[in-house]
Amino acid sequence: MPNEAGFWGYRRPDGKVGVRNHVLILPTITCATQAAKQITELVQGAVSFIHQHGCAQVGVDYEQTFRTYAGMGMNPNVYGVVVLGLGCETHQARNVADHIAQTGKPVEVVSIQDHGGTLGAIAQGARIAAKMVQDASALMREPFDFSELIVGTECGGSDACSGLSANPAVGVVSDMIVDRGGTAILAETTELIGAEHLLANRAVDETVAKRVYEVIQAMENRAIAMGVDIRTGNPSPGNVKGGLTTLEEKSLGAAAKAGSRPLQELIEYAQTPNKKGLVWMDTPGHDIEQLTGMAAGGAQVVLFTSGRGTPTGSPIVPVIKIATNTAMFEKMNENMDLNAGTIIDGSESIESVGQRIFAEIAAVSSGKLTKSEILKQHDFGIWRIGPTF
Amino acid sequence: MENNWKVVMMKPDDNVAVALGEIPSGTTVRVTCQDRVFDLELIDPIEFGHKFAVAPIRKGEDVIKYGEVIGVASQDIATGQHVHVHNVEGKRGRGDKANAK
Repeated sequence: MPNEAGFWGYRRPDGKVGVRNHVLILPTITCATQAAKQITELVQGAVSFIHQHGCAQVGVDYEQTFRTYAGMGMNPNVYGVVVLGLGCETHQARNVADHIAQTGKPVEVVSIQDHGGTLGAIAQGARIAAKMVQDASALMREPFDFSELIVGTECGGSDACSGLSANPAVGVVSDMIVDRGGTAILAETTELIGAEHLLANRAVDETVAKRVYEVIQAMENRAIAMGVDIRTGNPSPGNVKGGLTTLEEKSLGAAAKAGSRPLQELIEYAQTPNKKGLVWMDTPGHDIEQLTGMAAGGAQVVLFTSGRGTPTGSPIVPVIKIATNTAMFEKMNENMDLNAGTIIDGSESIESVGQRIFAEIAAVSSGKLTKSEILKQHDFGIWRIGPTF
Repeated sequence: MENNWKVVMMKPDDNVAVALGEIPSGTTVRVTCQDRVFDLELIDPIEFGHKFAVAPIRKGEDVIKYGEVIGVASQDIATGQHVHVHNVEGKRGRGDKANAK
C-alpha cells in the first residue's frame, strides 16, 4: 500500500481514521481569528482559518455554525485542537471544546479576555499547540481499507466539459468507494435543481426520495422569495463563457459525480453521515461553503472538478483538483492535480480516468500532498441560514 | 462526408449537440448519436464547449440535452444556430417570473 488494497492513516481515540495529523487552532469568533493566525505562524504544524462569524447568531443559524466549528475539530484529520475564544461571544469556546472532547482527542481552551489579551492568548495558545504538534508527530501511520474513508465530491468553475469528462469520472470513483464499503458525499443542492428526479429514483426508500424533493424545493424557493432569476448567480459568468446556458444544464452535469449506486440518506449541512455508501449533504453550490460543510461532516479527502480552474483548498482536508479539459490543466497546472481532459481529447476512457483518480486518493490518503495543501490554500466559509442580531 | 470536427450529442432525444473545439460558421458537420445522424451547416461560429441546434426548435419549446430538459427556447432557433443564453432561458429558480404574475 498505497494501492488498491487501502491506504496508510492515523488511528484516533474514537476509532476513526485520519489521513492528516493536524493541530487545529479553532477560533470560535471572528474576534479571535487574527490571534489564531499568529499562533500558526509561530508553531510549525498548526493550522487555522479566518472567518467572520460566531456572535449574535440565533436559532437554526446558531446551531449550524456551532455544528460547523465542532465538526472541524472532530474531523479525524485533526490530532488535537486549541479552541480560541474572545470570551463574551455567543458561540462559547468552552461549549465547542466540550463537544469536540467527545472524540477523546486532546482539546484545550484559550480565551483572549481571560489570558492577558492578544499577546497573552497567543503565547498560551502557542505553548499548548507546540506540545500537541510534538505529540502528534510521534504517531505512526497504519494500514486501513477504504471502508474507513468519507470522500467528498465537488465541482466548481464548471464548464460544458464538466458533465462530459471529470464529473462522470468522479462518478466512477464514487461507485468504487461505495463498493469497498466507504462513503461518498454528493452535495451542492443548488446545482442539482433540475436533476433531482434522477437522484430521487435512486433513493433507498420513500423517506429519502421525499427529502430530496424537499431540499431542492427549499433551495429553489430562496430564489423565488428574493424575486430573482437564479441565473443571475448560477450559472456564474465563467460557467456561461464555458458554454453552460442554464442551471438545469449545469445540474445534469453535476449529478454525474454521484455515480450509479443507491442514495442512502440526506444529511444536514456539516452533519456526519450516519450511513455508508452514497449520501447527499444539503449545501449551497458556493465552493468554499460547500467544502467547509463536507470537512465539518468528517470527509477526510475531497475530489474537486473544475473546467475554469480554481485554487480552493481546506486547512484540514486534502482537496484533489481534477481538470475537465486539457487547456485549463496546462494553464493552471500549479493548482490542478489531475487531468480528465484526456476524455475530451479522445485519448482516455471515463473508466480509466476514474481508476487514476482512485489511485490518487490512495496516495494522498497515505501522505502525498495536494497542490492546494502545498500552496497553503486554507479556505473556510460557513453557509449562513439566518440574519445576525 | 469528411468530418474532422469533434462534436458530441449525448442522447438520441437531444435537440442540441456540443462542439469540442472552435468551429467556424458555414462549416458542415456530421452529428451522430446511436442510430441518429444529422448533417448540418453551422449558421454561427461555435466556441469550445458551446451548443448548436441539430433540429429546429420553436419559441416556447423545450431544449433537450442529456435526454433531459435544460430550458426553454426564448425565440425560434434554426438548425445549426448557436444555442445559449441569448435564445434559451432556464425554467427553474425563476423568482423574477413568480413575482411578475
